Amino acid sequence: MLALAHLALVAAALATALTIALPFGVAIARNERASSIGLGVLGALYTIPSLALLALLVEVVGLGPAPVFVALVIYAQFVLVRNVVAGVRAVDPAQRDAALGMGMSALQRIGRVELPQALPVIVGGVRIAAVAMIALATLGGYVGAGGLGSLIFIGFTLHHQGEIVAGSIVACTLAVGVDIALRMLERLTRTNQKVQREA
Amino acid sequence: MSGASIAFLHASARYEGAAQLAVDDASLEVQPGEFIALVGPSGSGKSTLLRTVNRLVPLERGRIEIDGIDTAGLDPVVMRRGIGYAIQAVGLFAHMNVASNIAVVPSLLGWDRARIDARVDEMLELVRLDPARYRARLPSELSGGEAQRVGVARALAAYPRALLMDEPFGALDAIVRHALQRELHEIVRTAGTTTLFVTHDVNESLLLADRIAIMRNGRIEQCASPHDVLAHPASDYVRELFAADDAVAQIRAQAGKP
Repeated sequence: MLALAHLALVAAALATALTIALPFGVAIARNERASSIGLGVLGALYTIPSLALLALLVEVVGLGPAPVFVALVIYAQFVLVRNVVAGVRAVDPAQRDAALGMGMSALQRIGRVELPQALPVIVGGVRIAAVAMIALATLGGYVGAGGLGSLIFIGFTLHHQGEIVAGSIVACTLAVGVDIALRMLERLTRTNQKVQREA
Repeated sequence: MSGASIAFLHASARYEGAAQLAVDDASLEVQPGEFIALVGPSGSGKSTLLRTVNRLVPLERGRIEIDGIDTAGLDPVVMRRGIGYAIQAVGLFAHMNVASNIAVVPSLLGWDRARIDARVDEMLELVRLDPARYRARLPSELSGGEAQRVGVARALAAYPRALLMDEPFGALDAIVRHALQRELHEIVRTAGTTTLFVTHDVNESLLLADRIAIMRNGRIEQCASPHDVLAHPASDYVRELFAADDAVAQIRAQAGKP
């Protein structure tokens, strides 16, 4: 089904976006200047109208799913990086100090203390990005990317309401479904996150 | 099991961009197994001095030797695994239960599972927490006193030969604090662990320390036994610091008069 192709494209783009956003976010989180510059640039990219960005990308990578994929990865960065930074920053400084003082390397501290605790916020970012990307991916219809966008696009070109409505409803259902599923994941990661309060 | 010797040789440290030195030409030789209290008001440099030992704060000048070896030549990450570290806020890892917290350094050192589990139970019993009841608890489910006990257990789990403590009992109420002071004293005495203990509470220092190092403005004003600090204070500052205690003695004396 088209819905599956649509989801597959979004999932692939999300996974790729995460592999960029995670290390980048962790790297800039500690540095005040680096994070404002980094988030500023990503925010600016985010404001580029999606259709315009897509058109630009088609010039570079051609038609089909490729330009949509790249566009999704770019747009996802802002939300993901912002949440990675927020999540990592929220980690209790005493725990970071203890981790360092006990003999964890920077990588161990990030992997064993900071990221596990930043997880709920990061998953929240993934959720927001995923929902936005499901909607954004429908633009793929304009560039032959397949997925639900093509259904909507066909309906649009042939003035057939049926296809437009069908494509839109499925896309919305997907978005809501993904949102619910990721909310549950978010809640799961949150169960252990209560910070020690002084007695 | 004996402790390490720690030597500060004209150690100076400065926070980045600061005009003043945080630690100013500190020299001190700590004997193996000795319990040294670092005492002084906020800003005296006592916490900074403590943190130069495990290189959380870099030295600007001078050096620190542990068992005669200059710490500047060691890998800081590896070195820290041999030095216990306990802070006031405890810093227990919120997403790990008590057992996992205590197991951190042993697991960093690659101990096998069975050895780690046994040691966790041993440490919990050492700090008087029933392993069966506390192993699986999360830090959020602990009282302040319990959390600090776990912090001490965590700091001592991997048989460190030196222990650094930064006002570990400062946030606890008096009753819990007194209990922990006594227990800590016994634990490090028995294990022979060299201990550097930062506190602003002069009472605590008199109670626990073999020698007390009084700091002011980054310099060590005096380092002597509790008796010598009281009987032969090196300066008015030292005398007044410990004279504040006399309030209790004075009130008691007044109460006795007709």
